[in-house]
Amino acid sequence: MKKMNEIRVSIVPCSADPIIYDDSRCIGCNICTQMCQCDVLLPNTEKGQPPIVAWPGECYYCGACVLQCPVEGAIRLEHPLMNRTKFVEAIPAPSDVE
Amino acid sequence: MSEIKWPYANEFGKEENIECDVLVLGGGMAGCFAAIAAARRGLKVVVVEKGAVKRSGAAGTGVDHWESACTNPCSKVTAKEIAEAYVDEQDHLSNGIAHYICCEEGWDRLADMEEFGGKIRDTEDEFKGAEFRDEATKLMFAYDYENKFTLRVWGKTFKPAMHDEMERLGIKICDYTEATSLLTAEAEGKKRGAGAIGMNVHTGKITVFHAKSTVLAMSRPARLWLFNPDLTGLCEFRPMQSIGSGHSMGWRAGMEFTMMEKSVRAEFSAAGSSFPPYSTGNNHNTWYAATMVDSRGVEIPYLDRDGNILKTVSERYHPVKGQKFFLKGGVIDEPKYEYRGPETMPFDELMKRGYKLPFYADLSRMPEEERRVIWGMMIGNEGKTKVPVLDYYENRGFDPAKHAMQVYGTGWTSASFSDDERQLFGAPGGIMHDWDLKTNIEGIYASGDQLFGSDCAGFAAATGYYAGRKSAEWAKNESLIDYDRSQVDEEIERLYAPMYVEKGYGWKELNFALAKCMKNYCGAIKNEALLLQGLDLLKSYREEVVPQLSASNPHDLMRTHEVLDIMDVAEMVMESCRLRKSSSKTLCFTRSDYPEMDPAEDHHFITIRRENGKIVRGDVELDYFGDLKTEYEKHNQDYIEGGRK
Repeated sequence: MKKMNEIRVSIVPCSADPIIYDDSRCIGCNICTQMCQCDVLLPNTEKGQPPIVAWPGECYYCGACVLQCPVEGAIRLEHPLMNRTKFVEAIPAPSDVE
Repeated sequence: MSEIKWPYANEFGKEENIECDVLVLGGGMAGCFAAIAAARRGLKVVVVEKGAVKRSGAAGTGVDHWESACTNPCSKVTAKEIAEAYVDEQDHLSNGIAHYICCEEGWDRLADMEEFGGKIRDTEDEFKGAEFRDEATKLMFAYDYENKFTLRVWGKTFKPAMHDEMERLGIKICDYTEATSLLTAEAEGKKRGAGAIGMNVHTGKITVFHAKSTVLAMSRPARLWLFNPDLTGLCEFRPMQSIGSGHSMGWRAGMEFTMMEKSVRAEFSAAGSSFPPYSTGNNHNTWYAATMVDSRGVEIPYLDRDGNILKTVSERYHPVKGQKFFLKGGVIDEPKYEYRGPETMPFDELMKRGYKLPFYADLSRMPEEERRVIWGMMIGNEGKTKVPVLDYYENRGFDPAKHAMQVYGTGWTSASFSDDERQLFGAPGGIMHDWDLKTNIEGIYASGDQLFGSDCAGFAAATGYYAGRKSAEWAKNESLIDYDRSQVDEEIERLYAPMYVEKGYGWKELNFALAKCMKNYCGAIKNEALLLQGLDLLKSYREEVVPQLSASNPHDLMRTHEVLDIMDVAEMVMESCRLRKSSSKTLCFTRSDYPEMDPAEDHHFITIRRENGKIVRGDVELDYFGDLKTEYEKHNQDYIEGGRK
């Protein structure tokens, strides 16, 4: 008789940290784990603790976790560094060009 | 890596059976509207969604504009005009039925959305007096301000509002459940849908859904050519889990597809080759028609379709003299002259004239309302831009009245892909259907991104509702049909198989290999010998690798199922490419062994399905759907006379 694998899971790291919890603000309600459609978060089995970003590489950066979070500033969502767009002071139009 | 404790129940081996009248697979924009339509008709409805309906799907966290809402009270165009223009624009290799539904009923769905609590008007008068705002209705428009058929909307409010309405209507929502295969039976010599099978992605529990009718409302395929094992969630434009499982299920059940040979050079993948959509300076879609400047601060001109330089910002939003309307939006890239709207001067011409890179989008030079509506309202409501773009850059100090946002690459998409890296975009192929959005399998309907020639959120909403309506009408007169239990047993065995392999291949390794297979054998240039090589490679993966796929929790098992679905779609795409023995500009399809472009004898739909392991080809004439307005009215008197609900 074939034996099914035991359920095992560990964090699968990637080159980015898309979702960072502020431990002092997160109330551990786990709404974000329920709202993440990519299922990258796992509820922390320790009550009241922030969820675990188990599969950060699978984040699609939609922001549902932040939008549904009841506490302002408890979750920070940020694209990988390479996706940071440069912005500059608006450049004045040169006077010698039409 | 240190192990963490699995926080959900272990329900492998458990099975639940649910019966309903209408089963909706996929809880995005299309699926939710399908469910609402059926529930309004008094039927028992179940929705199966891999994420959570409240925020799932490509429009889960928002949508900033709603195209082709031609029946809105301010519109100066008819559904007939715009739908026919879309069909003509794609040389008739286009989904006239679905486009007509979108044009005729898209506004009805926005009106529904407002009833549910979604925001579709500038009720706070934030943009009072703006040219794009209608003062009487407080509706706001994008693109063509003259004709007013594309609305700017506060789509961030939509999914939660729909979710609450679904609960109010008593629709059963099965969140965190991946639909994996269709149940079918034979009735009166015809194949008929009997429901579907799904697995809970947190617990492994199997649910068997027994239904009178089924609506497919899942995603278009993705991760076929594009894969990045590190930032997997950024490989494609749509959500990580939206990879075409509905197409795969249909393919396995013998469903008929068309235009699956069409693919375009990739445009969106924030995993390296492009920036996240709408996060850089650009002038399209959400950002249309942003003022663009070069690095010296010289403004880049917008031109009308005849190449005349437009002098004012307002002119960018109006058709030229003698033109009734112009088309712009998701699937409109380089439209025909007749439908072409204002665009910035072509890149090559800018280089010839000495414009200096890099370019920037400079909203500070635009009228205040135009600036605030792009950076603020639109970026604050498009899917995946509110939090990681609007909030993020504002926190970093970006002020659109003072700063300019850089543009990358040589075009406006801030992307750089090779021709062999492809995507199913620009109204790609999908399920073939009739005027009821019914597939070739009795009792199974299709909607949204699963239809061929699909595009935007309005399209998903309108076709979703329509499919929900038609499937409900059908289900009303039918009873549940018995199916062969062996389908369930075989599917459970297939789904659980990787959980029995202790050490083996992970899903990423196979996905990466499939993407390379597609680039090598089904890239920009197709030919029979290469396609056969590709199919042979797929076969070897099926025989040698699939039995060795390994997973050790329900989440990884779900990802593994997704890759198996991607493999089915890869097979369908390559077989579809083999069927078209000529090249086609409209379909972005080039064959080195059949270089003739769009010969008359091939200028029609080629359909494909698999029956008993064999590929079955069909040939369907262009405009098989007849005169759009006449046929629509013939098929929808009940809707037209019943208050458009």
